Amino acid sequence: MSEILLSLKNVETRIGPYHILHGVDLDVPKGSATMLLGRNGAGKTTTVRTIMNLWRASAGTIHFDGRDITNLETPDVARLGIGYVPETMGIFADLTIAENMRLAAFSGKIDTQRLERIFTMFPAIKRFWLARAGTLSGGQKQMLSIARAIVEPRRLLIIDEPTKGLAPAIVGNMVPIFRDLKQSGVTILMIEQNFAFANAIGDHVAVMDDGKVVHAGTMAELADNEAIQRRLLGLSMASHQ
Amino acid sequence: MVATPAPAAHATDDLPRRPVDWLPMALVPAVALIAIPFIGSPSTWLTLTIAGLAMGVIIFMISSGLMLVFGLMDVMNFGHGAFITLGAYVGLTIFAPLSVWIDSSNLALNLLVLTLGLLAAVVVAGAVGLVFDRVLIRPVYGNHLKQILITMGGFIVVEQLIRAIWGAEMVTLNIPAALRGSLFIGDAAIERYRILALVVGAGVFAAMLLILTKTRIGLQIRAGVEDRDMLEAMGYRTRHLFVAVFVAGAMLAGMGGLMWGLYQQNFTPAIGSQANVLIFIVIIIGGLGSTTGCMIAALLVGLTTNYTGFAEPKIALFSNILLMLLVLLWRPQGLYAVVNR
Ligand SMILES: Nc1ncnc2c1ncn2[C@@H]1O[C@H](COP(=O)(O)OP(=O)(O)OP(=O)(O)O)[C@@H](O)[C@H]1O
Ligand SMILES: [Mg+2]
Repeated sequence: MSEILLSLKNVETRIGPYHILHGVDLDVPKGSATMLLGRNGAGKTTTVRTIMNLWRASAGTIHFDGRDITNLETPDVARLGIGYVPETMGIFADLTIAENMRLAAFSGKIDTQRLERIFTMFPAIKRFWLARAGTLSGGQKQMLSIARAIVEPRRLLIIDEPTKGLAPAIVGNMVPIFRDLKQSGVTILMIEQNFAFANAIGDHVAVMDDGKVVHAGTMAELADNEAIQRRLLGLSMASHQ
Repeated sequence: MVATPAPAAHATDDLPRRPVDWLPMALVPAVALIAIPFIGSPSTWLTLTIAGLAMGVIIFMISSGLMLVFGLMDVMNFGHGAFITLGAYVGLTIFAPLSVWIDSSNLALNLLVLTLGLLAAVVVAGAVGLVFDRVLIRPVYGNHLKQILITMGGFIVVEQLIRAIWGAEMVTLNIPAALRGSLFIGDAAIERYRILALVVGAGVFAAMLLILTKTRIGLQIRAGVEDRDMLEAMGYRTRHLFVAVFVAGAMLAGMGGLMWGLYQQNFTPAIGSQANVLIFIVIIIGGLGSTTGCMIAALLVGLTTNYTGFAEPKIALFSNILLMLLVLLWRPQGLYAVVNR
């Protein structure tokens, strides 16, 4: 049993009058990639926003590396070494790519070697360095959002649907990037609807439905079991392509 | 600031370039040109134009801070006018014992007393701004209705205190001697003070742009105006940032308040609440989060007020509301909206 980096116990979240999460239990093992799957509206985004304390948990606990972070303010959660790529990407459109990256480097300095690596991963970041981020295409914005999250060493990367709305060719290019990141030792928690993509990256998996985690296990196990896939994810054969 | 390898100069060649949006900038000269036939005499037009631009930069000073506060924290502060009134009256208090310097024809002494007045206005408005934030705004965070009610209440309290301290009747603020009177360009009389106001206003605008684009805190402010959650998720505490912006906005309003008092020369404790209307028109026209939009809007309001005040005084206030409606029909989010809210 590998060490658990992030652990949610019975987390409940309310947004205004709506009760969205009904007791989420989720363990993210250190040094591997955990995929959070589930139908639209299952509560995946709400779960990661609650981890970042962008929504406050109304019940339950969240531990990071053994420390209770349930009531830590968002900036303090981030300072523990958590990089966050939100579903909406969170690009500062009015700022240049360079400014977006500088801001993401919380220490104030971008490590040159790291930046070179990012340029190799995402050539567009280098090419459009001085352009306003709002002028980038959807795929380039996604790259920028990921590049920002990894501009400094992180202990945990939380990535909400990186493939959303991207062309299949771009999605294919992203697989080796995340595999490389995993190799570098960073722990990943990724929300993903594209099963093939999730399968290519994930080690562990948790499936959500109606504000709860309804299945947790290894990715390989889920990939082998089409019956569970159909029951939990409503996957058709089409989504395997 | 940050040592990063500079990508090659041609790097942005194949950019999906979006052209610079010049149209709103062209509005200012357009409005000035359209006014010519209505004003008639070119020299009167020039006088009014300089007056309008001077009024515009002063309105920019008193509006820009509030615009950033709106954009950054989504806080509705209807009490911003209090800082304007404070600035004007603090200036009055500083000027009174120094009237010898004000009436002296020595420009250096004139500027010294003006600087002292502006400094005092900035310090007092900033300090009251800090209290305003702690006492009034922090408790009603995230609730617009309460923000509106409590900041209006705070405004009334400050205004009544000012009445109690300085009196309710009209007061006169003398422009330092060397800055009184006019220069002449042909037949057009250009008041010296208005030129000074233009210089100060342009300086404030340039300083703001510099801070917002060249410093790390400026970067945080611009990013926070766009997406506060994301900025926090990067580790930045926006609460501190907000206090800084709020206090800086109050300081600017205090400074602008004294400049505005000198522009009008005679005013009552209602100077701030009267300006409040203009501020909101400027913020709505300019669009949330854009300093340049705020400046253009302020210049438009200044020009429109002066032109219509001369040509058709009855519609002077109405003309600004009309201007706002026209701009909103063209761009519902204002001239340059960074935030869509
Ligand atoms: N700001 C909000 N206000 C009210 N309800 C919300 C809000 N955000 C999300 N919800 C609701 O909470 C539920 C879970 O939403 P969430 O975004 O977490 O789902 P998700 O699993 O990420 O879905 P998707 O795959 O579509 O991204 C949905 O029913 C959604 O309508
Ligand atoms: Mg989602």
